[in-house]
Amino acid sequence: MPKKITIEPVTRVEGHGKVTIKIDDEGKVRESRLHIVEFRGFERFVQGRPYWEAPVLVQRLCGICPVSHHLAAAKALDVIVGAGTGDGLSAVGDKMRRLMHMGQFFQSHVLHFFHLSSPDFLFGINADPAIRNVIGVIEHHKDLAVQGVMMRKYGQEVIYHTAGKKIHGTGAIPGGINKNLSIAERDLLLNGEAPLNADQMVEWSVAALNFFKAYHKSNKTLVDTFAEFPSNHLSLVRKDGALDLYHGVLRAVDTNGKRILDDVDYQDYDKYIEEEVRNWSYMKFPYLKHLGKEKGWYRVGPLARLNVCDFIPTPLAQKEFEEFKAYTHGKPNNMSLHYHWARLIETLYAAEEIRNLLKDPDLQNEDLVVKGEKLNKGVGVIEAPRGTLFHHYEINKDDQITLANLIVSTTNNNEPMNQAVNHTAKSFMNGQKEITEGMMNAVEVAIRAYDPCLSCATHALGQMPLEMKLVDSNDNVIDTKNK
Amino acid sequence: MTELRKRVLVYGYGNPGREDDGLGNEMVKMVQNWIDEHKLGCMTTDSNYQLNIEDADKVSEWDIVVFVDASKQENLREYRFTEVEPSDAKVEFTMHAVSPSYVRHLCEKLFNKTPETYVLAIKGYEWDFKEGLSDCAKLNLEQAFQFLTRKLAGWALIKKNLPISML
Repeated sequence: MPKKITIEPVTRVEGHGKVTIKIDDEGKVRESRLHIVEFRGFERFVQGRPYWEAPVLVQRLCGICPVSHHLAAAKALDVIVGAGTGDGLSAVGDKMRRLMHMGQFFQSHVLHFFHLSSPDFLFGINADPAIRNVIGVIEHHKDLAVQGVMMRKYGQEVIYHTAGKKIHGTGAIPGGINKNLSIAERDLLLNGEAPLNADQMVEWSVAALNFFKAYHKSNKTLVDTFAEFPSNHLSLVRKDGALDLYHGVLRAVDTNGKRILDDVDYQDYDKYIEEEVRNWSYMKFPYLKHLGKEKGWYRVGPLARLNVCDFIPTPLAQKEFEEFKAYTHGKPNNMSLHYHWARLIETLYAAEEIRNLLKDPDLQNEDLVVKGEKLNKGVGVIEAPRGTLFHHYEINKDDQITLANLIVSTTNNNEPMNQAVNHTAKSFMNGQKEITEGMMNAVEVAIRAYDPCLSCATHALGQMPLEMKLVDSNDNVIDTKNK
Repeated sequence: MTELRKRVLVYGYGNPGREDDGLGNEMVKMVQNWIDEHKLGCMTTDSNYQLNIEDADKVSEWDIVVFVDASKQENLREYRFTEVEPSDAKVEFTMHAVSPSYVRHLCEKLFNKTPETYVLAIKGYEWDFKEGLSDCAKLNLEQAFQFLTRKLAGWALIKKNLPISML
């Protein structure tokens, strides 16, 4: 009789997810699914609200990456207020937003690496969970843990000085920004007391990357084969092919590197991307229309971005990018654990970019806002830390929002995460009669590589237990475990 | 020997765009006004969407830290004030936020500091995409505020200029 193993919700993944693994009588994994409860009420909630409120309202969506939503919404509203499609802002408007975005990237990637992934790398997937956590990292590598905390703190400071507030920041507004960066703020971030300055952040980013590469060198088989599967890859890319996390055109490549979406304007995203609904998941499954549901799904996020772009426009990150590309002989990299490698290259890029931007005198300019002829539709797309994020708004003659459509990064990675779970389950759970801690964590490691954020932002005390259920083919619960 | 005032940080967290999830943030505004009113340089407040690992550095600078958060717990009435035990740290299940006990534990492990740490959990009821607290949450907030300011007054060694109800 087939058995169904359910892990619910996934540990250390924000929000609620549930992994179901069906096993047949011989103990072979037949099918695995990642179910996600996604709250879609937000799109209805903003209807009827004045459009200019959107960049602040969207921050209610998620307390984890509010800056990404803030900027994507602001970019969509730039179009509506006639400020162009991403390249029409003043220099200070464009660069302040980029600085805010880099701050968000830096702190988000740092958290993921130091807080979530490094325990797996340091102690191994099968290690005792009592050790395989940040406290374990502190016991063995205190310097690494302190660096993680200080890098997070620095990223948050960049956000604070560009967004204006820690909560519900108002830095980006339709057509521009509401503040520039003062000389005092610039000096604090650029040359602040050690370790909180730009040079130190670059240095530590290099060190984190070297840490990962050393681990990779000693664990090639695991890192290269864990949840490795072919896929398409999609991201924004600058018009000249450079990595650009804030603005560009949409490009996708297939598993061999062939372009399947060739630098198209994201204002027309709905001509190219469709979302499939499946009856077993609340979260939709996006795909490229012209390739269909079966062949059109794609990865987004750090790995996809480095597979899609031609180069990185900062010297240290470019050097690392060349090594990364050489590893797969220039072909797209389909190894899920290489998301971590790509994420750390992007961390270095963000640190270099923060330092470059802070030295740019345009940040002290006064022409904060640009406006032109109003339109009734705008699409804003940004590369959030977890991947491509789409915000689409339409308004009526009274300036009220009549339509909002959001495709968030984690939704874009829905099918890849399911594929990763399936590959991992087949590798680790075939022939097994009971679930070990190591097996559970292997599934989680696969999902964690994509850094999903399923947050609905309500995090009140007493939530987020881990529950694992074992049920038979009739959905009778055989066993339940909590931790 | 003269008793010294305690240096206190009151840190509220939550998403004020989600109704009662903003209880911690609202408490911080009220407490900051109270601190300003009494000109207490030994105390301050801060707030954010959620706690994270960098807060270990922040709390290391204070003698006493009070975290204030909304709570959904069924068995909680208006509010609950509990001390965070140093040994209470657990690996969190969420990906991008951590608990007060975790922050406290990180603080000790990373910075060798052991501030007295408390959690003031205030019961909330509504969690929709709206600004503002529900009426029931407002009542709980007021009671929790009265309780917390009595505590703060004690730590600040002040008795003058307090309302009779707080003495």
